[in-house]
Amino acid sequence: MFYDFLLYALLGGVGVALVAGPLGSFVVWRRMSYFGDSLAHSALLGVAIGIFFEINLNIAIIVCCLLLAILLVAMQKQHFIATDTLLGIMAHSSLSLGLVTISFIEDARIDLMAFLFGDLLAILPEDLLWILLGGVLVLSLLYYYWPQMIAMTINEELAAVEGVSVAKMRLLLMLMIALVIAVAMKIVGVLLITSLLIIPAASARPLSRSPEKMALLASLLGCAAVVIGLLASFEFDTPAGPSVVVAAMAIFMSIYLWPRKASH
Amino acid sequence: MNTDIVRLEQVNISFSGKEVVKNVSFNLHTNCITTLIGPNGAGKTTLVKTVLGLIKPDSGSVWLKEDLVIGYVPQKLHIDSTFPLTVLRFLQISRDLSDTAIADAVASVNISNLLQSSIHGLSGGEMQRVLLARALLGNPQLLVLDEPVQGVDINGQIELYQLISEIRKQRGCSVLMISHDLHLVMSATDHVICMNQHICCSGHPEKITSDPSYIDLFGAASAKTMALYAHHHNHDHNLHGDVLPASPNATLTSEQHQQECNH
Repeated sequence: MFYDFLLYALLGGVGVALVAGPLGSFVVWRRMSYFGDSLAHSALLGVAIGIFFEINLNIAIIVCCLLLAILLVAMQKQHFIATDTLLGIMAHSSLSLGLVTISFIEDARIDLMAFLFGDLLAILPEDLLWILLGGVLVLSLLYYYWPQMIAMTINEELAAVEGVSVAKMRLLLMLMIALVIAVAMKIVGVLLITSLLIIPAASARPLSRSPEKMALLASLLGCAAVVIGLLASFEFDTPAGPSVVVAAMAIFMSIYLWPRKASH
Repeated sequence: MNTDIVRLEQVNISFSGKEVVKNVSFNLHTNCITTLIGPNGAGKTTLVKTVLGLIKPDSGSVWLKEDLVIGYVPQKLHIDSTFPLTVLRFLQISRDLSDTAIADAVASVNISNLLQSSIHGLSGGEMQRVLLARALLGNPQLLVLDEPVQGVDINGQIELYQLISEIRKQRGCSVLMISHDLHLVMSATDHVICMNQHICCSGHPEKITSDPSYIDLFGAASAKTMALYAHHHNHDHNLHGDVLPASPNATLTSEQHQQECNH
């Protein structure tokens, strides 16, 4: 019953979920979910630019997300507009700019729905390579900088006094999130990527007593959501992204509704 | 015997055009507890962050002794409740520490019963002791405490100040702390700097409470337990803390009654 494309999608999805666990935990801890949304929307602009200039789509998306992450970090230093307003402006502007650009490309046959909601058939071996490279890079960086990132998340000033270069860590975290969003886009789609970051991490929270356990558990729950969602998508011919998100939501609900002793 | 570990010279800091710290100079010495007091918005936290290197002054110089190890307790530590953390893990974060270093700090502030507790369920006093333990971990030569008794009841405050005093005695480190209430901190401090953007007066706590500029800032009620010390200041304050011209009978400047921190 296994087809190549389903295997590719499963491998890619599991790869993304493994990285999304720890990164999604940071998104939850640091209340960055809107930041993830904005970057995901800008990924579509990357798609449009990639098609328009005929460059490799994966590279176009990654570069676009990384540049917008840097732009956001730079613009957060101004005090005229609050960060959430800024993120809203960037999210919808880049999404609209992407859609407008795509409408100009007449000869290209673009399945917009696939980019917005993910598509099982869209995963190619080349995409798997990008997920593998991106995943290994992000996981190694996370492993190396973990103590500093955790210290920064607890309290930035305390971390700074203890010798952590907070500005550098903050930028690194945002760039890692941008990279994961860029490579995860094909599986769950632009509109749903953030959910793959935050739902497994939120599900892991009540079961965790330490940040490490929460990150690891988020990875495992994310993998479970991807496998269940993609198999259901194949079985019932439902869109891949929404199926994965529904599976993640079901896991989240059952963990929160499960009766348990005092919370931590 | 007392060597300087921190020297601030004519430090000026302003935020969006508003001067927060004006022309502040002071030194911190080894084995000395210095307390910064002043009303809200006086620039105390800003000044402390300048010592820590978190804020760069617009002008003036900040000198720290080479390789000075600083332990810091911030004014308010809010840890997001989505972040699962036990007290023990909190103490282990970000530094490579031996178990004995942690056991030592834990014993100093008496929190061994809290180690396995979640950090989110601590009372105000427990949290402050945990923060103090973390600040002690690097074996600091200078402890910087921004309102260490915040959110703690009166008895707890007295205990905390005694604890800080004992820590200084045991470890011989210096302490720079911010406080609102001089009376409670009095027995545990050697040197007081009273500030409202600029330094109004500084010296031994007994002298400070009778200083006219202290009475101006905190009201006569807070000084009434002390005998009045008859002299005048070279300036006054209005309600905004701005400096007004000296009243005509001013005879002594704040510098003239400054006292060094001696042991």
